[in-house]
Amino acid sequence: MPAETERLAHYRPDPESHPPVSYPDYRSNIARAPKHPLVLLPQRLGEITGPLLGEERVGRDDHDLTVQHAEEPQGQRIVVSGKVKDGDGRPIPNTLVEIWQANAGGRYRHDLDRHPAPLDPNFSGVGRAMTNADGDYRFITIAPGAYPWKNHHNAWRPAHIHFSVFGTAFTQRLITQMYFPGDPLFDQDPIFNSARPAARRAMVADFDLDSTVPEWALGYRWDIVLRGSDPTPFEDEEDHDDE
Amino acid sequence: MSDTQTTPSQTVGPFFAIGLPWEDGHLIVDEDVPEAFDVIGKVLDGAGEPVPDALIEVWQADPDGRFDHPADPRGAVAREGFRGFGRCPTDEGGRFRVRTVKPGPLPAEDGVQAPHLNVSVFCRGMLVRLVTRIYFADEPGNAEDPVLLSIPDPARRRTLIADPAPFGYRFDIHLQGDDETVFFDL
Ligand SMILES: [Fe+2]
Repeated sequence: MPAETERLAHYRPDPESHPPVSYPDYRSNIARAPKHPLVLLPQRLGEITGPLLGEERVGRDDHDLTVQHAEEPQGQRIVVSGKVKDGDGRPIPNTLVEIWQANAGGRYRHDLDRHPAPLDPNFSGVGRAMTNADGDYRFITIAPGAYPWKNHHNAWRPAHIHFSVFGTAFTQRLITQMYFPGDPLFDQDPIFNSARPAARRAMVADFDLDSTVPEWALGYRWDIVLRGSDPTPFEDEEDHDDE
Repeated sequence: MSDTQTTPSQTVGPFFAIGLPWEDGHLIVDEDVPEAFDVIGKVLDGAGEPVPDALIEVWQADPDGRFDHPADPRGAVAREGFRGFGRCPTDEGGRFRVRTVKPGPLPAEDGVQAPHLNVSVFCRGMLVRLVTRIYFADEPGNAEDPVLLSIPDPARRRTLIADPAPFGYRFDIHLQGDDETVFFDL
């Protein structure tokens, strides 16, 4: 049996990126975060494999959140595109990307969203797409609004789009949020700031004139980087912090 | 920024139910597979209150212990009616349900892993995914399983064992509290 497992891939840990398990500034974390330390799980067959979900999960208009109803939704039309890749720089082709978001007024089409901003009958706020052979995805949507929540006095979530990606292994599964550049609400948002300081920038999209469609929609670029598996990754050492 | 800077995890938030649940998401195997059973349980917080906004995902081997995946050096094996993956949001009572079959045991360098399901838990309030496993109480291989044996406090191993029930197996996930489920650093 050892012969069968000796060639297994190994995904590098990335604790420098992620928020901690316990983060009480986010109030609903307090009663839910486990108290015991996590137990180390070596990566074996079930961890380095994972679901390879395909086109059957994606409908024709799922990548375009502006054409899913009789009329166009209210708001600033945007194109959000980028690459899903691993921490070794390799693109991840044919992988499912799912998104959900608030409408232009900051309201989700969810029964429990009590924010007194209007629902938009022409906006569901849900999208799905597969990356292409080069790992690229592309969504057309409208810019989501910021919205208030009850975490602390006068708390507001910066505008964001929720993203869910699988990669190719159970180890790589990621649910995250994409933010917009220069948002003045970052400083007071415990969710954004729960990520390690050097990693926060990786959640913020770039405005991109190249993918902006003239006379139609603003372009934003956002790459999603999942865990890499090379034993000795290429890293351009100290000069990589161009932030 | 370095290319190896991975994208940070963020909470799934309270409103993922507008997009992530799939009508057939709980079906790890086709509904009509004869050996299929349900795994049903609750997600509970530190006060013992149900967590109504969690999402459970399962990834598992087939009954022969094989995966339909190119990274398995034994080769990828597709099996009729078997998806290997399931996803279920919790309801108002914190309940989830997936329909599946028992996976086979899995080889590993440090011994044979008893049949188990790999589980991800996402919920409002958690900023990262919680990873756990579901083992089955009626599997003698549990006593030799390298992952169960690696849990430092033997008393906590039982938090990963599902109990037989008329519908299949019952497995509750305690995020906190006296019965806190073992969660893994992957
Ligand atoms: Fe949100």
